[in-house]
Amino acid sequence: MPNLMSGARILVECLVREGVDCIFGYPGGVTLPVYDVLYDHPIRHVLMRHEENAAFAASGYARSTGRVGVCCATSGPGSTNLVTGLVDALMDSVPIVAITGQVSTKAIGSDAFQEADTFGITRSCTKHNYLVKNLKDLPAVVHEAFYIASTGRPGPVLIDIPKDVLQGQAHYTPVSAIHLPGYKVITEGHTGQIRRAAQMIWEAERPLVYAGGGIISSGAHQELRELVELIDAPAVLTLMGLGALPGDHPNFISMPGMHGSYAANMSMTHADLLIALGVRFDDRVTGRLSAFAPHAKVIHVDIDPVEIGKNRAADLPIVGDARRVLAKLLKVLRDTLGERERKAEARRAWWRQIRAWQREHPLEPVFSDTEIKPQHLMVEIDRLTNGEAIITADVGQHQMWAAQFIRFKKPRHWLCSGGLGSMGFGLPAAIGAQFAWPDKLVVAVVGDGGFQMSIPELATIASNRLPIKVVICNNGYLGMVRQWQTLFYNNRLCAVTMEGFPDIEKLGAAYGIPGRIVERPEQLSRALEEAFREPGPYLLDVRVSPEENVYPMVPAGAALNEMVLGPPRPVPVPK
Amino acid sequence: MLQVISLLVENKPGALMRVTGVLSARGYNIESLTVARTLDPTLSRMTIVVDVDPALRRQVIKQMNRLVNVLQASDLTEERAVAREMVLLRVRAPLESRTAILKEAEIFSARVVDSSVEGFVLEASGDPEKLDEFIDVMRAYGEIEVTRSGIVAVSLEPRRLRLSPPVPTGRAEREEAASRLGDVSSS
Repeated sequence: MPNLMSGARILVECLVREGVDCIFGYPGGVTLPVYDVLYDHPIRHVLMRHEENAAFAASGYARSTGRVGVCCATSGPGSTNLVTGLVDALMDSVPIVAITGQVSTKAIGSDAFQEADTFGITRSCTKHNYLVKNLKDLPAVVHEAFYIASTGRPGPVLIDIPKDVLQGQAHYTPVSAIHLPGYKVITEGHTGQIRRAAQMIWEAERPLVYAGGGIISSGAHQELRELVELIDAPAVLTLMGLGALPGDHPNFISMPGMHGSYAANMSMTHADLLIALGVRFDDRVTGRLSAFAPHAKVIHVDIDPVEIGKNRAADLPIVGDARRVLAKLLKVLRDTLGERERKAEARRAWWRQIRAWQREHPLEPVFSDTEIKPQHLMVEIDRLTNGEAIITADVGQHQMWAAQFIRFKKPRHWLCSGGLGSMGFGLPAAIGAQFAWPDKLVVAVVGDGGFQMSIPELATIASNRLPIKVVICNNGYLGMVRQWQTLFYNNRLCAVTMEGFPDIEKLGAAYGIPGRIVERPEQLSRALEEAFREPGPYLLDVRVSPEENVYPMVPAGAALNEMVLGPPRPVPVPK
Repeated sequence: MLQVISLLVENKPGALMRVTGVLSARGYNIESLTVARTLDPTLSRMTIVVDVDPALRRQVIKQMNRLVNVLQASDLTEERAVAREMVLLRVRAPLESRTAILKEAEIFSARVVDSSVEGFVLEASGDPEKLDEFIDVMRAYGEIEVTRSGIVAVSLEPRRLRLSPPVPTGRAEREEAASRLGDVSSS
């Protein structure tokens, strides 16, 4: 029979049907049958140096393209190492499919070599997961996994496949349809609700668009732009939403929240209508929830009904895909455009107020003649990449400075771990993005802490000659933790000094990657230019001022308008 | 407060764990849980009684409805619903108290399912609070051993079950089907 195939080959055939061109993985005993198929298969397998990074790379691929990223790991330690990457994708709604090998069905539950209860462990780390015990179920399961990962609110799906299922032989007949009766995806917003939303928008005197990752996921950036221009409302974008509007768009105020701008947080506090689009009222955005946007009615559009009313009650809930809902809303708004003048006077006053806030405390980069300020570094990256590069980040101070000072022009160009806040994300995510976009400039902006979690992947970069530029914002500290110890623990610094950072030139040389240390502010822009011009990978260790803190800052538990705007200023001595 | 949740779930491995995971992730303790196949052997009906913060009751139901294996989760707490439970109770019955025990059993419509010189095993079913009383009464006769089934409940209001239709497999096929429906989000 021509179509008698091994389980592993059936798996790969199904991946081909799902359009997979690239798998980030790490082989092991029970996934050998899969690698035997990949030996002479056009699907590209990228050998990472750690399974966690395989999941992050799949995430970088998915975040930068909107397509499902695929990672693969063996049983036991392979699958447990994936866990952080899975939770990261779950928190940030990133579509990835993880394939893990499992010990043979007969050995499951016997504490066999490299056995772990992957199905149990990853249940709460995934949107859905599978343990395939019968080969005949495999094709439908693979297609279901891709469908679940990529539709509705995207997320990670894991398929655990025992070795005997991968080795088993079966006649492969492609599955033409999958049936998931309980998987509910509501994409069309309720027409009546959308009409009411339009009414609320025209009636508002101080409307504010509060948009996030849902805009990026649904590809609604164009509709978002049309909306803010049509109703001429100010807009704030969350960390996950940066790039949904061009960073230099006049209606874009900036990012709100713990390290958001004064104007963004004051707008949130004083708005009388929040048009919340693909956001989840995360604690890092709202500050103390009971004091958040106290005057605002809330229109909340989200594809996941669980998000609506979770943290903040919605006055007008709309469950649906942001792009479809916005398309419908725009139509209603255009049909009722005559209403735009109703609150024109109040709207003008609202804009005057916002512009005044922006002038009062702008997000201003700090420069110095003697040392490189981290904000200066971000401003230079912004100037040189001009919104065209894909920027990945780790987690911490550098991530916040990047979010504050790099102006993203387009969606899917800013990749960072938002919800889970996983250190060590930036570099492997850049690997995933560079495979998806071989011709684009990909810059991994990382801290000296996170970089040291990712160093093994320099081998992946070197062996694949990936032209990734790694820019290390090196302050010698776990900066964000140090900042909290300074501000809230009496500067009792504990376990935050990162002594022993490697010599980047020697480290790079060990991998065959050029590396350079930059210490002087006047060298910075030349050094970045040279790094970005380099045809291959490049490591730039930028020594920034160690004691710099991220401001503004809303202390944990404070309201958004209780921001600390900057370090205490010296009091002038009276003459 | 106690919340009564009724679920229709796919009869698949892991489905039970996913449902209870919604509760255990928040540290809620399950008071009772019953699960059995429905007329359609691919589906199971579950009734869960759980102590949930009243403000989070709706959130819990929505989280359960979000699960791929859950066809429907509904809150019966404030709905018109019937809740029943069964109890199997072993009671030591020396000769002098046997008649009295049987009389009490009759009052609660309990049946004798086993009788021996040591005592009886009684079966009672009905309203859970009524069963509490039955157990209290029996305790007066000495040492007892109780096995309760947990509550099974049914809503008295018919509800529409909305199921998702099959979808084509493969990325290209799905995108084509979506574009035929005028799906703006498929590009």
